[in-house]
Amino acid sequence: MLIKTIFSGFGGQGVLSMGYNLSRAGMLEGKMTTYLPSYGAEVRGGTANCTVAISDEEIASPVASSPEFIIVMNQPSFIRFQNLLQSGGVFLVNSSLVNIETTRGDIEVVEVPATQLAEELGNTKVANMVMLGAFVKKSNLISIKTLIEGIKETLGKTKPALVDINKKALNTGYNLF
Amino acid sequence: MNKYLISGNSVIAEAAIRAGCQCYFGYPITPQNELTEYMALHLSRKEGCTFIQAESEISAINMVYGASIAGARAMTSSSSPGISLKQEGISYLAACELPAVIVNMMRGGPGLGSISASQSDYFQATRGGGHGDYRTIVLSPASGQELADLTQRAFDLADNYRTPVIILGDGMLGQMMEPVEFHKEAPENLSTKSWALKGAKDRPSKIIKTFTSNPNELEEINWRLFRKYRLIEREEVDYETYMVEDAELIVIAYGIAARIAKGAIKKARAHNLKVGMLRPITLWPFPFKKIQEISKRVQYFFVFEMNMGQMIEDVQLALEGNGEISFYGRPGGVIPTPSEVFRILSRQYYQKGLNR
Repeated sequence: MLIKTIFSGFGGQGVLSMGYNLSRAGMLEGKMTTYLPSYGAEVRGGTANCTVAISDEEIASPVASSPEFIIVMNQPSFIRFQNLLQSGGVFLVNSSLVNIETTRGDIEVVEVPATQLAEELGNTKVANMVMLGAFVKKSNLISIKTLIEGIKETLGKTKPALVDINKKALNTGYNLF
Repeated sequence: MNKYLISGNSVIAEAAIRAGCQCYFGYPITPQNELTEYMALHLSRKEGCTFIQAESEISAINMVYGASIAGARAMTSSSSPGISLKQEGISYLAACELPAVIVNMMRGGPGLGSISASQSDYFQATRGGGHGDYRTIVLSPASGQELADLTQRAFDLADNYRTPVIILGDGMLGQMMEPVEFHKEAPENLSTKSWALKGAKDRPSKIIKTFTSNPNELEEINWRLFRKYRLIEREEVDYETYMVEDAELIVIAYGIAARIAKGAIKKARAHNLKVGMLRPITLWPFPFKKIQEISKRVQYFFVFEMNMGQMIEDVQLALEGNGEISFYGRPGGVIPTPSEVFRILSRQYYQKGLNR
């Protein structure tokens, strides 16, 4: 098993944080993983993306030629990445901010109104966690329990007050389907 | 078992601290800033250790020079354009036979180039880099874990042979995160260096210098260096082989390119193409003998680098005309994908009739 996922969106939407937390949860479950953030001369409000690979065996390349999953949090990322997804792959779209449809018929599109759901929870910043929750349900790569435990560890040290809202957001996304 | 998911740059810094690095001097440059940042946060707080953000790369390498003369485990890090600036200092370190660890997280060149990962400094690293007849040991990590292990080894090699050691990584290894285990805690007491200059109280004075106006004396220094390099060439060659046993075509690649090539080889094997890989871990000394040994059985070699062909010259030297070499490279900081390399590999494989 080798599954590669690209997370993409605006800088500031927590795109890198989604990838980092998924990769770390993979590590906690004893899987092999790599996390590769995009590194350009990026600016706030520009686009950001990262690639996460999770596997049972040694991961050869951290680069994704044709990933199994792509998460797009905004419209520019939708346009940029839709053709990279492998045939039969899953395309998770933040439907609150994307109002176009894909031209491809060979992929599964999953619409998640992540930003809107996060607003309803009282903090738009957790839109990424809503989406990550939905991704975990769809991909079944890792358990939501490990992910929540992992986030408690990483957030718990510096921002313990935010653990609760992130947990809520993850569960909201996870329970959508 | 304690595993951490941290960036390659931070791995080098943490491993260096655990290896007993006492002094770090750096000047910021992308894509290795996390290394300097980590040192600023952690090394500066350790008792008896020094972190300085120098005013330039040239100052940083000369601070390493000074710290090393005084017997400290010292390191600096930079990326391609910054490493060019450090070459004069590295030449002086080699001449004075001083240990030092220099990290180069390569980016696209020439000139200021780009900030994306590249392997275009192979010649510079493996041929000495600065002026004069000298070499530096060059280690080429390909994973987060290897960054940790080779950083430790770099400090030991530098001390054992009293020579500068280059860790030749790239921007992608620096930015990428992988689970890493750190095996060794910082040593309590590093062995004392009898040659170090720490004040001449109660002993005759010692001099460490690079200049002599007597050519015969300088020749003797060069002979001494040469004998040391011969010893390193004999003792310290390291490499990894991957699926070479039945291979008809051998890929030779190092660092991050070897990771990408491994992905391509897995695809090739899934198509029943007998492809294997030799990955040099030490770029100098280069595994000449291992390539010669493989060439007794294998006729076709495929060199893959993220440059326009630099290591290929060492492969040519190793093969001495035996075997056929083809090359694929992407310069300028472009990161090739495993599918792309597989496409080229499989075309070569069929063109040479290896499937028959």
